[in-house]
Amino acid sequence: MTTPEQDALAAAATQADRAAERGGMRPSLDAIWDALARVPDPEIPVVSVVELGIVRAVEWTDAGLAVRVTPTYSGCPATELISDGIRAALADAGVIDAQVTTVLSPAWTTDWIAPEARAKLAAFGIAPPGRAAARIDVAGISPLRRARDEVACPRCGSTRTALLAQFGSTACKALYRCESCREPFDYFKPH
Amino acid sequence: MPGAAMSLDTHLLEYLLRLADSDLVLAQRLGEWVGKGPVIEEDIALTNVGLDLIGQARLWYGYAGEVEARIKGTGRDEDQFAFRRDAHEFRNLLLVEQPNGSYADTIARQFLFDHWHLLALRALARSQDARVAEIAAKGAKESAYHAERSSDWVIRLGDGTEEAHGRMQAALDELWRYAGEMFVPDAAEVALVEAGIAADVRALEAPWHAAVDAVLAEATLARPPAGYVQQGGKQGRHTEHLGHLLAEMQFLQRAYPDARW
Repeated sequence: MTTPEQDALAAAATQADRAAERGGMRPSLDAIWDALARVPDPEIPVVSVVELGIVRAVEWTDAGLAVRVTPTYSGCPATELISDGIRAALADAGVIDAQVTTVLSPAWTTDWIAPEARAKLAAFGIAPPGRAAARIDVAGISPLRRARDEVACPRCGSTRTALLAQFGSTACKALYRCESCREPFDYFKPH
Repeated sequence: MPGAAMSLDTHLLEYLLRLADSDLVLAQRLGEWVGKGPVIEEDIALTNVGLDLIGQARLWYGYAGEVEARIKGTGRDEDQFAFRRDAHEFRNLLLVEQPNGSYADTIARQFLFDHWHLLALRALARSQDARVAEIAAKGAKESAYHAERSSDWVIRLGDGTEEAHGRMQAALDELWRYAGEMFVPDAAEVALVEAGIAADVRALEAPWHAAVDAVLAEATLARPPAGYVQQGGKQGRHTEHLGHLLAEMQFLQRAYPDARW
């Protein structure tokens, strides 16, 4: 029989051994970014948390690796899962002393989503977001005063599409219907 | 001047709880629709809006706990704020605790709140308090979608069938008395406005009317006449509805304090 403390120490020692096998405790920042680029978003697994712009900064400090992440939406239920995924990926890369902290400012925007990730979203059936910067200042004041986003169907490319609901399978997506191919689809809202 | 700083922190704690409590209580109301929405898209939309509001409430409660710790040495956490206070300790607007009623009632409550919330968060995004500013800047983007959605529904119902139009107008007429409270600051709020921390809600009334009037015009609805303004929520004097809401929301933590899973 072992105590929980002994188990924890043994687990830490195993992780440290694995880290040592990979050539030391401090992988390069490039290697860290590569490891983080393999952490999928829990809701949209075709894109990584790096591609979504959730990982804001990574740096080595005296205390270890500091990782700053930002939530997409204030109430996004995936936020804690994302931090866990980041810690697990970093442990695999040999980093066991990562400090993952949440920053709110500047607020996350879909404009940070990488171009390759937009193509992946479309291939996955989610229409990628239009420009957020142009939209946010006017949205919400009156539906009369602004044009609706032009959203292309990710299936057939038609722009004859209609908004069904401003909130779809998650808060970050709206539900649309294509009037050409008649299929419903998610639109990643500019935010 | 430690005395002045402490007094300002006392006001700030109160103010943060007002913001947090309005978000939480409205989110709880929206959660009551789960499984009962008129169509599945609306069921999902209501709870997504509620989720945004709970997220914002958690950020405000988190900061409130830190401010409380600055004042008293220790501060409560989000669960203690949400589940261990009684109705008279809640600081939410009276509007958000009103019952769900018909779908028109739910939409009217949301519409009146969303446009105020959006303006308030945009003003708070310029707060001298960096923590307030960053939480508000994030929430404002979310509330822009809330306001857009509730406005769409006011138009859809108001400009809809005779039945829908009548219910939408009646809902606005009923809830209008609770809207005025959103624009009346008390002394604590004014002190924070003067310190550059809080939003001056008196300055939000005109833009709120402009936004609301534009939607009502398109919805073929009439703005209810100005009348008696119901107040007290921000000071802890609530309508009878809040107690019932809290009884359900807080049951588990009251029956099994500190229960976790």
